[in-house]
Amino acid sequence: MKNIIKDIIKPYQGEKGSLIPILQAVQEETGFISENAISTIAQNLNMSEHEIYGVVTFYTQFRYTKPGDHMVKVCLGTACHVRGGEQLLDRTENILNIKPGQTTLDSSFSLERVACMGCCALAPVVVVDNKIYPNVTGPKVEKIISKYSSPDKKE
Amino acid sequence: MDFVEIREKAVAKWEALQSSETPVIYLGAATCGRAAGIEEVAEEIRTTSKELNLNISLVEVGCIGPCFLEPLVYIQKNGSPSVCYGKITPGKIKKLLEDYLINNDPRPDLALGTLGDGRVSGIPGLFEHPMLRHQTRLVLRNCGIIDPGQIDHYIARDGYLGIKKALEMRSSEVIDIIKASGIRGRGGAGFPTWKKWEICHNVQSDDKYLICNADEGDPGAFMNRSLLEGDPHAVLEGLLIGAYAIGANHGYIYIRAEYPLAIKRLEHALSQMKSYNLLGNNILGSDFSFDIKIKQGAGAFVCGEETALIASVVGKRGMPMPRPPFPAISGVWGKPTIINNVETLGTLATIMRKGGEWFAGFGSESSKGTKTFSLVGKVKQTGLIEVPLGTPLKKIIFDIGGGIADDKKFKAVQTGGPSGGCIPAELSSLPVDYESLMSAGSIMGSGGIIVLDEETCVVDIASYFLSFIQAESCGKCSPCRIGTKVMLDILERIKSGKGEITDIDKLSSLAETIKNASLCGLGQTAPNSVLSTLRYFRSEYEAHIIDKSCPALVCKDLIKYAISEEKCAGCGLCRKKCPADAITGKKKNLHIINESICVKCGICYQVCPSKYGAVEKTTGFLI
Repeated sequence: MKNIIKDIIKPYQGEKGSLIPILQAVQEETGFISENAISTIAQNLNMSEHEIYGVVTFYTQFRYTKPGDHMVKVCLGTACHVRGGEQLLDRTENILNIKPGQTTLDSSFSLERVACMGCCALAPVVVVDNKIYPNVTGPKVEKIISKYSSPDKKE
Repeated sequence: MDFVEIREKAVAKWEALQSSETPVIYLGAATCGRAAGIEEVAEEIRTTSKELNLNISLVEVGCIGPCFLEPLVYIQKNGSPSVCYGKITPGKIKKLLEDYLINNDPRPDLALGTLGDGRVSGIPGLFEHPMLRHQTRLVLRNCGIIDPGQIDHYIARDGYLGIKKALEMRSSEVIDIIKASGIRGRGGAGFPTWKKWEICHNVQSDDKYLICNADEGDPGAFMNRSLLEGDPHAVLEGLLIGAYAIGANHGYIYIRAEYPLAIKRLEHALSQMKSYNLLGNNILGSDFSFDIKIKQGAGAFVCGEETALIASVVGKRGMPMPRPPFPAISGVWGKPTIINNVETLGTLATIMRKGGEWFAGFGSESSKGTKTFSLVGKVKQTGLIEVPLGTPLKKIIFDIGGGIADDKKFKAVQTGGPSGGCIPAELSSLPVDYESLMSAGSIMGSGGIIVLDEETCVVDIASYFLSFIQAESCGKCSPCRIGTKVMLDILERIKSGKGEITDIDKLSSLAETIKNASLCGLGQTAPNSVLSTLRYFRSEYEAHIIDKSCPALVCKDLIKYAISEEKCAGCGLCRKKCPADAITGKKKNLHIINESICVKCGICYQVCPSKYGAVEKTTGFLI
């Protein structure tokens, strides 16, 4: 783990203001920002762990636990909100039996609420991994999620 | 290769595409098109054209605007203008290709319109479509028309002539042209672009920075995404013009990570610029040198604020700083820094080419030019639009947007994102310009227009925006950090039917304090959604507080669902779909909702077949 992170940091060495791109690269590679990652970055950038922790927790992009196999994001931008995004989130929470920010016990799914995906004209939208689903209704979200459920992991 | 040669080749390439003997199929492949399924459509086109032995070329284009008709494909045959088809599914492809490409029937019944010179019999021009007819497209002139991955397409349509012209002038003359255009910042505050530039231009420094703010954090707004995806070079040329005018040698594009396609387009565009000597040292053989780097935002709305954005660019928490010093004097690494919005930059090349006075001919007295908007919410024709500033709201909503979805009643329009407010239907003649929106209690913001109908609760909308702001408050100033939380608590209380009549005064007084005592724009505008709804919809707040009712039937705690004895046919769909098992009833018999376990998710209301319409929502009972 330590070596992976060191490799990520290498190209940024000596570049001013590179903390956020490094954190983004670490999350891209490992899925989340672990305590170990923070201390390795701190040593390499000659910064305090506290300072890095402060930056990580400031931005909503960063996660602190390993996400599930599939990331389900329910958009709650304004257009999605007025077109029933909140109900859609309720429904999704019900289907996955988790709250936003959590991961299912079998690690299949993580759920997040996002502020806006910029697909407002097709609201409400749900994003699974990188695929955006437009004009999602309650029954539709059920179908979408079942597409990603692996049979052996189904309850 | 000098620019004259580059341009000649680009024009030849573009013209060859327009008059191609091989049919060309253009795919609307911006994020909205992809979400609507253009990739599956493209795959089907590839397979079917092979099957039918058709030789075709596929070209990706950006978003032309009417997103509600996505996915869009345009078929161009034998140099005729391309014919645009909307809501295309893979299932429609085979027949369409057979009809048009083999049997020469362009299917006027399916076509939305034609794009390009000339006519195809029986099909009107695409820009005569009701949604496009009333628009003036200066910023979006290339969106949906050129391949954003091809710098030559941009150059063939007069791209990079703006910077070429600028480089033949003194930088102060460039500022004069922008001053004459009257353009004001398109990101929110509406500060005159030339004024900001002039301050930075007059500061002496070896290093200066120009940042393109592409963090488009307003929920409900996607104009910047569309422009970057559809015509990235327009924004990049704007960066060159701005950098030359202020004397900057470093550029950043600060873009949100939620826009992966826009980032990809920009990265590709930057590498193309380098190969044409439009980036790097001695651009187009001049003394002007400039580099551009992409910085991905990590998700913080407050980074729309200039000083917070700068903190984020240098790798810190995005906390705003007191001004002065203004970034134009001391910004990134203490160097003079200008931050311009994507759309502002995307407009500059056209202004340079056509002149400041020409641009000032569009728009109203104090708000010059055109502005892009994302027209969304409860409106029939949703999408990306561009109109001259000063266009009345009702023209946008009814002529361009086609009126309210499902023919419901128009209630209000929300502009300016979380910092903006709601403008009621009575004020729909209001011209959309910086001052008029401000006087009505809202702001222009970056250009989100969210249409609300009678089924939208304004207390819910106010609390939606406040919860957004509260979560995004950086925490530096107590009035914003604590005040927004207290306001939100009050709103939630009102929404749940536990509000008291004194809450309205409490909200107003907290709003004033937060406005006056916060450091940055986020805090100063945080209460706008509450203040504007209190101003125009006070009676709706009172209904929640006094009558314990939500007139729009939205607030969960104030509504209940019941099944009508007369209408229920006993189909059992609601019972099967109820996640709380709150519905009982035998097949073909009346079903009943057990109120004590109902979670008010509304699924029964959604799934009850419209021919029965047996599930009813009511409000106005004492809880």
